Amino acid sequence: MATPTSPKLDHPTFAAVKAAFPSAKLRATEFRGQSTLIVEPGDAHAILAFLRDDAKTRYTFLSDVTGVDYLNYPTPMPGRFAVIYNLIAFDRDDRFFVKVFLDPSIPTNGTDEDPALYVDSVCDLWPGAEWTEREVFDMYGIRFRNHPDLRRILTWEAYPAHPLRKDYPLRGRGERESYKVVDRSTS
Amino acid sequence: MPYTLKPDEGYDVDADTTTYLSEHVDTGDRWVLNFGPQHPATHTTLRLVLELDGERIARCTPHIGYLHSGFEKLGEHLDYNQYVSVVSRMNYLSPIANDICWHHAVETLFGIDITPRCKVLRTIMAELARIQDHLLCLGAAALDLGAFTGFLYGFNPREKIYDICDYISGQRFHPDWTRVGGAMKELPDEETFKRLVKNFIHDDLSVALKDLGGLLKRNRIFMDRTQGIGVINAEDATAWSLSGPIARASGVARDLRKDFPYLCYADNWDGQGAEAVKFKVPVATDGDVYTRFLVRFEEVLQSIKIIEQLIDDIPQGPLDVFADSKVSKPNKSDVYGSIEGLIQHFEIIMSNRGWEAPIAEAYGANETANGELGYYIVSDGGPRAWRARTRPPSFINYSTMAKLTEGHMLADVVAILGSLNVVAAELDR
Repeated sequence: MATPTSPKLDHPTFAAVKAAFPSAKLRATEFRGQSTLIVEPGDAHAILAFLRDDAKTRYTFLSDVTGVDYLNYPTPMPGRFAVIYNLIAFDRDDRFFVKVFLDPSIPTNGTDEDPALYVDSVCDLWPGAEWTEREVFDMYGIRFRNHPDLRRILTWEAYPAHPLRKDYPLRGRGERESYKVVDRSTS
Repeated sequence: MPYTLKPDEGYDVDADTTTYLSEHVDTGDRWVLNFGPQHPATHTTLRLVLELDGERIARCTPHIGYLHSGFEKLGEHLDYNQYVSVVSRMNYLSPIANDICWHHAVETLFGIDITPRCKVLRTIMAELARIQDHLLCLGAAALDLGAFTGFLYGFNPREKIYDICDYISGQRFHPDWTRVGGAMKELPDEETFKRLVKNFIHDDLSVALKDLGGLLKRNRIFMDRTQGIGVINAEDATAWSLSGPIARASGVARDLRKDFPYLCYADNWDGQGAEAVKFKVPVATDGDVYTRFLVRFEEVLQSIKIIEQLIDDIPQGPLDVFADSKVSKPNKSDVYGSIEGLIQHFEIIMSNRGWEAPIAEAYGANETANGELGYYIVSDGGPRAWRARTRPPSFINYSTMAKLTEGHMLADVVAILGSLNVVAAELDR
C-alpha cells in the first residue's frame, strides 16, 4: 500500500481557529479528506466552544468522544493518550476532528487518579457528551473536569483497571478467575 | 451496591419546565423501583433505577454494561477481515449493516474504491438490514404495550431477510458477508437472489406493512399510549447527539446517506455518471414515541423504493477490487491455477503478513437503522487496527433515557424504551 501523500491542510476551520486563538499551540493533520486539529488540553474547552458558536464554524453536533492509547505506537506521537472529538457542522455537511494529547504522570497499570490525565468536560456545551466521556474515563482513566456524573459506565465500580489501555492484556489479569463468588451460604 | 449511584441533588423533575407534569401534585414521598436487568420489556439486559413519586418517575438512572464483552479490545487483536464477525454481533437486529459499515471504514483507511457491482449489492443488503431492524422495532412497539399480534406481523417477514442472508453467505443470522474490498463470495445465482429479494419486498413485506399499519397507525389505544410520550425537541436532539429516526422524528433533517453520501447514495457511484438512488428522508416534528413509529414506518417504504431502483440492474463484472491492489483474496481458481494468486492468497492469510495499511487514522460512518454507526480506525501499518472505536448509535441514543422519561408514568418507560430501539449488544459492546 502506497504511503499517503503529505496532508492537505487547507480546511478553512484551521485558519479560523488560528485567527481566534493566536497564542494557542495548534497542530493540524489531514488524511483522506478528514481534517484533525490537535490542541493543548488546557485550550480544548475554549476552542470547542468557539467551534460550536462561531458563525463561520458552527459545529453544532458532537457525534462522538473517544480515546486512543498510543503506547509503543510506531510513529512518535505528541502524547501517550488522545481524546478525540468528532464534530459535524450541519449547514455545511462538514466533519471535523479535534484531538487532545495527554501524558500520564504515574504508572498506568492501576486505577489511581492521575492529575495529568485531566481534560475539561464538554457536557456544558453538548449534554450528549455525558456518556461518551464516561466511557473514555472507564476505558482509559482519563478524567473530565466539571463532568456532572463521572462514574464508570461499562465496567463496574470496583474494576481494578482501565481495560482499553495498551498495557492491559487482552485476556485480563485474572479478574474473571478471582472474582468473588457470592452464594446463599456466604451471603 | 446501593440502588442509586448518582448524586442526590439536581435530578428531580421540575414541574415548571416539564409540561407533562402540569397537573401533577408532588407528594414528596419517594420510593425506588429496580427495573431490569431481567425483564421482557428491557429487550435484553438493561437496568433502570427508577425513583418514583406514586407512579410518576421523579428520577431515572440507567445502569448499563451488563453485556460488556470487550468488543473494541478484540478489534485491536483481530485483523480487518476477522473483526467483521465481531461487529456483526453488535447490532444483531441488522447484522449485515454493521459488516458493511465496518468495511466502509476500513476501505476509507485503505483508500479503496469498491466495484460498482459490490456497491449495488451492499446497498441492497444495507436497505434490507434497515427493513429488518425497523420491522422488529415497529412490531416491538406494539408488543411492549401489550399487543402481541403486531409483533408477529413485524417479526414473521424478517425470516425472509434471514433467508436472503443465508443464500448469499451461508449464514442466516450473522452473515459476516463483507471483506476488505469486496464480499466473501460471489452470489451463487443472481437470478435466484433477485427473485428472493423481489418476492420479499412485493409479497411478504407489503402484506406485513398493510397489517402492521392497519393495526397500529390509527389505533386509538396505541395512539393514546404513545402520543406526547418521551418528547424531545430538535434543539435538544442535536445537543444530545441524537441521530437516525429519533432525531428525524424531532425535526432534525439529517441523514448520512444524503449528507455524506457513500455506496449508491452518492452520484457517479459507478464511475460512469450513474445518478444516486432516489429516496426521500422522512422528517416529522412532534418528537414523541408515536412520531418515531411513523418515521420508521415511512423509512421502510423508502427502503423498498431504493431496492426497486437497484435490483433489476445489478452491474456485471468483478465483485472484489482488482487482484493487483493486494487487498482482496483472489478467487479459488486463481489460487490453485496461478502462482500470483497463490502468493497473494498467502500474503493475506498468513498471520505474519496480511495487509500493509497506511499509518494513519480514518473514520467511516453509515446511516444504519438506529442512526449514525461509525468506526474510527487508528492504524499502525499492520494487518490489525491499533484502535477500532465504534460510534454506537444505541449507546448515544440511550443516554437520553433519563431525560425522556422524566415526569412520565411507570408504564410509559417501556414505550419510550421500545421507541429508542436500544440493542444492548451494541450499547455495551
